[in-house]
Amino acid sequence: MKVTVTVNGARHEVEAEPRQLLVYFLRNQLDLKGTNVGCDTSSCGACTVLLDGESVKSCTVLAVQADGCEVTTIEGLAPGGELHPVQQAFHERHALQCGYCTPGFVMASVSLLRENPDPSEEEIRKALDGNLCRCTGYHNIVRAIQAAARTGA
Amino acid sequence: MSILGNRVLRKEDPRFLRGEGSYVENLPLEGALEVTFVRSQLAHARIRSIDASAAESMPNVQVLTGADVDVEPMVSPPPFGVAAGISRPLVARDVVRYVGEIVAIVVSEDRVTGADAAELVFVDYDPLPVVVDVHEALKDEVLLFPEVGTNVSGTEGPQEHDETLFDGCDVVVSGTVESQRLAPCPLEPRSTAAEVGPDGRITAWLSTQAPHGDRQGLAAKLGLEPEQVRVIAPDVGGGFGAKTLNVEEILVVWLARKLGRPVRWTESRSESMVGLPHGRGQHMTFTIGSDREGNVLAYRLESLADAGAYPGLGSFLPHLTALMASGVYAIPKLEASSRSVATNTVPISAFRGAGRPEAAQAIERAMDALAAELAVDPAEIRRRNFIKEFPYETETGAVYDSGDYEGALDLALRAAGYDELRAEQRRRREEGGPKQLGIGLSTYVEITNGVGETEFGEVEITEDGGAILRTGSFSHGQGHETTFAMIASAQLGIPFERITVVKGDTDDVARGTGTYASKSTQIGGVAARLASDEVVVHARQIVADYLEASPDDIVLDPAEARLHVAGSPAQGFAWEELAARAAADGRLAELKAQHEWKADPSFPFGAHVAVVEVDTETGSVELIRHVAVDDAGTLINPLVAEGQVHGGVATGVAQALYERFAYDEHGTPSTSTFADYSFPSAADLPSWETVPMETPTPLNALGVKGIGESGTIGATPAVHNAVIDALGHLGVTHVDMPANGQNVWRALQEARS
Repeated sequence: MKVTVTVNGARHEVEAEPRQLLVYFLRNQLDLKGTNVGCDTSSCGACTVLLDGESVKSCTVLAVQADGCEVTTIEGLAPGGELHPVQQAFHERHALQCGYCTPGFVMASVSLLRENPDPSEEEIRKALDGNLCRCTGYHNIVRAIQAAARTGA
Repeated sequence: MSILGNRVLRKEDPRFLRGEGSYVENLPLEGALEVTFVRSQLAHARIRSIDASAAESMPNVQVLTGADVDVEPMVSPPPFGVAAGISRPLVARDVVRYVGEIVAIVVSEDRVTGADAAELVFVDYDPLPVVVDVHEALKDEVLLFPEVGTNVSGTEGPQEHDETLFDGCDVVVSGTVESQRLAPCPLEPRSTAAEVGPDGRITAWLSTQAPHGDRQGLAAKLGLEPEQVRVIAPDVGGGFGAKTLNVEEILVVWLARKLGRPVRWTESRSESMVGLPHGRGQHMTFTIGSDREGNVLAYRLESLADAGAYPGLGSFLPHLTALMASGVYAIPKLEASSRSVATNTVPISAFRGAGRPEAAQAIERAMDALAAELAVDPAEIRRRNFIKEFPYETETGAVYDSGDYEGALDLALRAAGYDELRAEQRRRREEGGPKQLGIGLSTYVEITNGVGETEFGEVEITEDGGAILRTGSFSHGQGHETTFAMIASAQLGIPFERITVVKGDTDDVARGTGTYASKSTQIGGVAARLASDEVVVHARQIVADYLEASPDDIVLDPAEARLHVAGSPAQGFAWEELAARAAADGRLAELKAQHEWKADPSFPFGAHVAVVEVDTETGSVELIRHVAVDDAGTLINPLVAEGQVHGGVATGVAQALYERFAYDEHGTPSTSTFADYSFPSAADLPSWETVPMETPTPLNALGVKGIGESGTIGATPAVHNAVIDALGHLGVTHVDMPANGQNVWRALQEARS
């Protein structure tokens, strides 16, 4: 099936199998390797992207469901070499170690701060319930989001 | 001022934050075939036949079975002490011994076809009796290796009790701790790719912690010289002890040679949950004896360790448990022993802590049980028994290099507000409401670089006056590109930004050990420091030659990044000037040095205080505070070290409260996806309260110990003790881990009945 989708501002018309998941469409058809796959049960959130501005797990969306939509992946968050304020906050607060879950956490955090610009620690932790990290113990991720919120990200 | 000890932001972050991590799965490898493994659905069975005809009728699909694989079975290295006769075929031949064992290999042009074809490989099994429980395995009624004659794969320490061990004790208390089986769960599942060059030389891209060791292992299995194998470990998304050479990586490389095409494999999470080794799985019984004042006189630790279906490293880890059995306490009489048994489960290997958490979990439960028996505060019983003089040799032969256990406990108690917490606990008990407070302590010591390994470092000054540091250590999240660059920068005076750390490619780095057992900085970091020092010696010689002076008169001023005549700063060269001139003179190669640093183990230590709220009506547990003092000697980068502690504590809490890899009696896993396995999220955990403490080790020039596993080792017993402490007044003396609602509720019912 033909899928027409705008990814990181660029429009694509690409053939996709009906059973293909959005994450593999992004990774394989569009060669956007920044979105990682950490599980096969929609549990870990490593593949989180923005679909029409809202965070989704791209392993839980079929590519054909994104037809006519806008997708933002980690590569499109801050084009031009600068870091997005959330990315910058993750850097400054040491909110990443191996980096594998990081794109998903960053995208989920961007979405959270759009919905709730000044979240409490508890709200941050609940909002990130769908993203898993084995390295950081989440402490610095929470701090980074708090810091990003203060900068008005 | 030295850069060391500063909270320097990581060099590696930007690429990960932009989604530019170079994980193996992201490698473009034109024309690569995809591998899909068909894995056993039965825990123990004889393979009658494998029908791959339907799968092979799919276009460009090839199926291989054990009979096709001409690689010798895996045999554990002798130091693991695994019983003779136990070996692991890369692909099961006649018998499968656990759910997840590879029974066939599907090769296809793309992964989707491979997944479809794997569904069409029909394996006809004759089920065999299954043994999952370690106590059942010990009876030897169901044997995994009948030719060996027993399931016992290894033993440690005296196998007969010393009946006089507790003579003279006024109080003797016993209990059990099951350090349950865990899945390591690095967020990046494994991925491997391999291709053979026109000259027959292999390049293998591995998601591993030890590229050089893996090169040796691959070469040995495939009958090649190590030089014929190049291993590249690009960015690796976590390892936690589990990512070292395993059957899958060997098979992918073997296939690339056999088929003459590039080959790749990436595991799914559900595959990883049974494909990657598991950790822990020790069933421990402790007995502790003291006088009436609580001075411990004797301690016995017996462990029955689950080694899984193919005993290997898991059969050795109880050795580390026994070595560390007495923890931070001066105990005159000690008896530590273990037996490891094979079961029809995923093989056990290293997972963050690897044998040491188990020791801490047992002795710290024992100290609390003794405190409860004597009605002495848990902090006080620990104080009475701490080791106070260093170096200290334990009864099991560990030589603790340095420590201040009481100092760590004092810091932790003060940060926690221990007396106020106890007052709040009393208040809640008197009120008798359902939400009771529990306060748990642990004071621990662990061993890093436990078998005294060596690491390689090489420093080279570049023509522009920067430096390249090549290390045989490896980072799969630990931040070596930052920490190691700091170490070289401090010695050379070359700005941190101008030092590039190279790792993970066996063609770029001559030798290496890799990263496991919390030893990167204490061996790799020290090797980098000493290689840097040697480069400075060489540089002084060249400067002396240029200035017609004695090298003894040439000094390096790190603050100015300049070598000059002592007392005469104007007479000398900045690194840029020296490198440029040396290059022009053909002497740049002299500005290079290698160092191999071999070190004895070091013994990081600390104290944790956990505060939990337990609902005595439902059994639900909430960890509301966790204070951690983790002393790993001198810290190079406190930001990175704290990150290690944070993650380590989370892993330790996960064992105490959430995770267990479970099987039913048929050996079928019931937690083999992330939907079933209770990997805690941010919503399940609090913020961590870390308290700095640095007691340098005298064992190396940097004063550093290891930090990667400390948080895990300290956290689990503190949280476990806190849950039991919350319920002590209700008669609860034991709660199984994970101390989740179900296990706590069960313990409450037992105490009430």
